[in-house]
Parts: sequence; C-alpha cells; structure tokens
Amino acid sequence: MNKEKREIVIPSQFLGEIEKNKAGRGTFVENGKIYSELLGVLSKNNEYINVVPLKGKYDPIEKDFVIGIVIEAMSSSWLVDINAAYPALLHVNEVPWNVDFGETEKYLNTGDSVMAKVSQVDQEKKLQITLKDRNLYKIKGGHLIKVEPSKVPRIIGKKASMISLLKKYTKCRIFVGQNGRIWIDGDEEGVKKVIDTIRTIEKESLSYGLTNRIEELLKKDAKDVH
Amino acid sequence: MKSDIKLFENGKRLDGRKTDELRKIKIEVGVLHRAEGSCYLEWGGNKVLVAVYGPREAVPRHTQNPLRAIVNARYNMAAFSVDDRKRPGPDRRSREISKVTSEALEHIILTEKYPRAAIDVNIEVLEAEAGTRCAGLTAAAVALVDAGIPMKDIPVACAAGKIDGQVVLDLGKEEDNFGEADLPIAIAPRTGEVLLLQMDGHLTNDEFNKALDLAIKGCKDVSEIQKKAIMEKYEKEAGGK
Amino acid sequence: MSLTSSIKRDFLEKLAKENKRADGRKFDEFRDIEIEVGLISKAEGSAKVKIGNTQVLAGIKMDVGEPYPDTPDSGVMTTAAELIPMASPDFEAGPPREDAIELARVVDRGIRESEIIEVDKLCIEPEKKVWIVFIDIHILDYDGNLFDAASLAALAALMTAEIPIDRLDEEDRAKFVKNRLIETYAIPGIDEAIIKQEDSKLDLKLFLKEPPVSCTSIKFNDAIIMDPSLDEELIAEARLTVATDTKGNIRAMQKGLNGSFTVEEIKKVIKASVDNGKKIREQLYKSVGK
Repeated sequence: MNKEKREIVIPSQFLGEIEKNKAGRGTFVENGKIYSELLGVLSKNNEYINVVPLKGKYDPIEKDFVIGIVIEAMSSSWLVDINAAYPALLHVNEVPWNVDFGETEKYLNTGDSVMAKVSQVDQEKKLQITLKDRNLYKIKGGHLIKVEPSKVPRIIGKKASMISLLKKYTKCRIFVGQNGRIWIDGDEEGVKKVIDTIRTIEKESLSYGLTNRIEELLKKDAKDVH
Repeated sequence: MKSDIKLFENGKRLDGRKTDELRKIKIEVGVLHRAEGSCYLEWGGNKVLVAVYGPREAVPRHTQNPLRAIVNARYNMAAFSVDDRKRPGPDRRSREISKVTSEALEHIILTEKYPRAAIDVNIEVLEAEAGTRCAGLTAAAVALVDAGIPMKDIPVACAAGKIDGQVVLDLGKEEDNFGEADLPIAIAPRTGEVLLLQMDGHLTNDEFNKALDLAIKGCKDVSEIQKKAIMEKYEKEAGGK
Repeated sequence: MSLTSSIKRDFLEKLAKENKRADGRKFDEFRDIEIEVGLISKAEGSAKVKIGNTQVLAGIKMDVGEPYPDTPDSGVMTTAAELIPMASPDFEAGPPREDAIELARVVDRGIRESEIIEVDKLCIEPEKKVWIVFIDIHILDYDGNLFDAASLAALAALMTAEIPIDRLDEEDRAKFVKNRLIETYAIPGIDEAIIKQEDSKLDLKLFLKEPPVSCTSIKFNDAIIMDPSLDEELIAEARLTVATDTKGNIRAMQKGLNGSFTVEEIKKVIKASVDNGKKIREQLYKSVGK
C-alpha cells in the first residue's frame, strides 16, 4: 500500500481486534480489543497498530541520541534535562574527561548543552545518559531549537532523506536529538533557512509529498549546490 | 432553601429549557502557551480554564509513588467568579472538589506508565453559575488529551437534580440554590463506569434512578461536544496543505 | 525549573550586540497588545490583557464595608495577585511567594499612589459605610513582563467597572445616589424627587483620574530592552518598571533583581517609557470605549 491514510484518533477509540493485529505504541488492550490511549496519528506497520502522539514529552529509549541541558552539577554526576518526564543522570564515568570528585563544575555547569546517548531506562524510569560514544560532546556555539518529539522522524525523513536535503542546500551542520531538540550551526542565512524549513515541516508534517515540496523550496533559494 | 420562586411551570424551567435540555456549551482546546495541555470551556454561565503540566517528576520526593504517577487536580475559584467576592486561596469546598476530581481522573489515566511522576491539573473557575465541578472535570479531560497524557477514556461530567418535584438535567443557578436535590456525576463514556458521584438533597429511589439516567445521558451528549472540539482542532493538520 | 541553555543565552547576547532581538523587535518595542473588557459578567469590572503570549485577567469586585478610621468618608481599595500554577511550570500552589507579593504591591501602588480611583467619591454613609474596591489579578500564561500586563489589565477593568448599587438596600441606595449626584453636578444639595428620577439614569462607573501606564525594561550585558519575553527575562540581570502619565511625569518606579543601572541608563528608560506609555494609553482608551 503506497498511501497510508493519515487518520487522527483519540483516547478510547477502537482500533482493531487482538486476533488479527498486534498492539503497538500508543495503544492499550482490553477484552481482546485494541484502543488508542492518545490523541495522535494512526500508523499501521506489518500487523502492528501504533498511535503516534501529536503532542507530548519525549519517551526515552535506550540507544537514542538526545540533546540535554545540564540542570545541576553534583559531586560525581550531573542532572540533565532531556525533555522527558524525568531528568537524566550523567555519571562522571560516562564522560570522556578525567573528573575528580567535586570538580564536576569545571567540565559541565548549569545551562551547558550536551549531545548524549540514552544508556539506561530502568523499571522506575530512572534515566541515565552517556557521552562515551563517537560524536558525543559538550556543545559550543550554534543554535538550539525545540520541536515536538513526535515530529522528529519526519524531520529526519525516510533513510535521512529530509535531513540530507537540509544539510545539502544550507551547508549547515545539523544534529537532531530524538528528544525534540535540534542543534544547528552555520552562517546566519543558512541557519535561518534551516529553522524556517523545520518549522514548515512541523506544520505540514501530516501532509503528503512533503519531501518533494521542501526540496523545491530549498532549491529555489539555493545559489550553489554540490 | 425555600423560596417563592416557581422553578418549574408548564413543563418549562426558568430559563426556558426542557427537563432534559443542557445549557449551552462551548469548548476551546490548546488556549495557553506555557501549559502542556489546556482547555477553555463555557457551560451556561460557567467559564472554566484548565492547564495541565506533566508528567514530571513529583516533588517533594516523599510524595512519589514508585509504581505510578500521582494526579494532582487543583480546583480553584477566582475571587471575582462569584457574586460575593471570594477570598483567594483554597477553602474546604475547593479542596474536597480537588480530591474527588483527582480520584476520577486517576482511574482513567494510565498512571503506571509514569512511576514517581506527577500530573498536575489546574482548574480555574473564572465565572461560576452552578455545576462548576462538572465543568471543571469536563474541561480537565480535554486538557489532558491536549497534553498527550495516555488515557483509557475521556471522562465527562454532568449533573441532574430535582426542582419542584420534577427531575431535571443540568441545574442552573436558581435551580441549584432553591431546588430539592443535586446529583453531579462523572463517567468514562466508553465503558459507562461511574468515576465521580455526589448527591445532596432528597430523592426517592425512583427519582434517583431517573436522575442517574438523565445525568448519564447528559454526560454522553457532552462527551460528543468534547470529542468534536478535540477533532476540530487537529483536523486541519491531518488534511495538510 | 525553567532552564535557559547557555547556547540560547550566548545567542541572545550576540544578537543584542548587533541591536537585535530574537523575535525581530527593536530594543524599545513592545509585542502586540490585546485588551478585552467585560468578559466576566459576575465581576463588577473585568479585563483580559495579552502582551505577546503573556495573558493576565483582572477582575473588580465591590462590596460595602467600613472605612479606615483616619479616612471616614473614603472608599477603600485593595489589590491581590495570584501567580496560579496554571501560568508556568515553575509556579506552585500555596501561599503567595515574594514574586506574587511584589507584583501585587507594585500594581497596587501604581493605582493607589497616583490616586487613580477617587476614593472620596465612594462614600455611602460617613464613618459607617463605604465601597470597598477589590482588584484581583490572575496570571493565566507567563511569557515575560507580568508587571505591565497586570497593571494594564487592572486599569482596563477599573475603567469599565460599574458600582453595583442594586446590592444596597433602599436607604443606602438613596444616600449613595444623592452623594453621587452632588459630586457629578458639583452642587451643594439635592431633593428626594430628583434622586428617585436620576437613579435609573445614573452613570455608575468609578470616578477615575487619568491613569499612568507602566513600562518594564530589563538589562543584560549592557543592553537595555523593553517588554522582555520570557527568554529575555530568564537572562536578565536587572529590571526597571516606570509608570508615566499623560504629561510625561513619572508616577511610580520599581527596580528589581540584583543587577544595577547607571544613571544614564535610567534616564534612557524613562524616555522610552514615556513614548511607549503614550501609545499604550491610546490603545487602552480605545478598548474601554473612551
């Protein structure tokens, strides 16, 4: 099926029987029936019925790349806001630096931003992140914008098609956190184009042919393309 | 409270409504910028604004439940919402309404998804005209949906009562003040479960059954209004350009 | 806790060095202001003000009460402000914090000290009964600059408020109507017949003098900007609110936060406040139908 029907569903809406389908994210099962638990977009994948929320906090999954903002430096760890229902813990053992006890403020302080990876989500939803991976570090300069976490897949695009377009036509460095935070660096004009384009994608995220339209828009203003 | 007012005459009520007719209801979704979910609702002369924050880690620490989120509904009346100015701050009535509202919402919010967290629901009555707790809960439900809080159902509330011996739906101001019974309820419309139920006054068993049926029917009608408001807001996005 | 990332702070500071703001405004430019009056029919007066995304609702209630012993024939006014948890993830329920108290007192002083409400015209029976005017301010949505939004809402509500004489018993009503007629027509006495006749036609608005309008500015890194958005407020080092009147005179001032202003900066702020005050006052008068 080429065209998925973009149907909006609401909590308590009946979506299908458990005999013929599997209950995916954003749904719950009662008496053999699958219902939506959220206001969101219905998305069917193999036999899975999912509901992608229109709005909401980021739901952390291990291995996700995220952008965090440091809330507090403690004696051997930092508390970091990653736009989830809970703050995440970054332990001194999970950073690329050699941090002595009580010296955490020297490396990361309140308000600093980091590119990190979610390393652990336990049963009580206690979250841990790490900076020990390629391309993870403390962010300097550039711009940070926020989008609904549910729109991130659209901004990245199938096989990173959308984000590649953006990078190509604006020559900016762009890092998209799964938690809805996006870091952009480049010349003033390029950055503005990236931000405007992302806002357009957000607004029209549910419409069809978006990737092509965005490419047309970007092509129009681009001067040289490699 | 006794009075000379005739609340029910020739099959019509003071404001001209029939016995099973609701007052006019208007619902707007997502009206506040900071709040994660919000709803503005007008029901007859009631004007209610609800803001939802969360889920977020519950503070202070000792209030955290390691297995699920706690729901803090806070019902408050603005000083200028009533005829005689109300002193700011929660009074015993507000705290009781906050409690029964929290309990109703807790039942249908999937709280196990958010251990140690709190979901804060702020219900502000800007203008009051009988039935504020029903208006508040109905608006709170919409605000929760707007905030993306996972729920089993969208709860809805409505009251029925008795005036001049007649069981009627959705009491208005004079009916609430001078009537013989008031029965506010909240239900989960999908399953019909009753989440909130209070009653004061005097009802025979027969009258109670009539009133309950009427209130449930009222709830179902209001539920349609809630759902329509929610869908209308987001239908535009679904269509795309 | 509302966090500003240092990236955002650096960005705002960089823009400020180029005389720019994140939303494209000039340093002394206000966001769009919307004023709506009369939305709460139970209140004697009400107004909702939006400055950008900040929303404030003010309600006026009036009741009969005893005057203060040292001003036996003057009405009484009192202002309360609630930073209800609805307006921001950082506002908690509970007794008013310092911010709410400071806000209420600054708005109150702005109205009281500039004697906007002619309280001597609120007397029903000297030493026994006067009108008490309650101003209640409800912050609904916090996106910066509560001071200006709150004062504007209070003013618009006062300017459209009507004294609820229907609440008075016949005797008190006659007394008050008589006082009012005497004040309105500046005559020494009135007879009973005229009181009865004029009662239904009486203008019940509060007697108000020309209101001063408040303008708030903040400072960060030597940049002084007016009508701060939330982001700008979060990195502000100092804040200055100046209320000015139609003649360009200063009627109230309040400095907040722990940074400082030079004398030059204060003078610049006063000038910008007078200019913006004029524009805002025009809009205020239009919205209350003056």
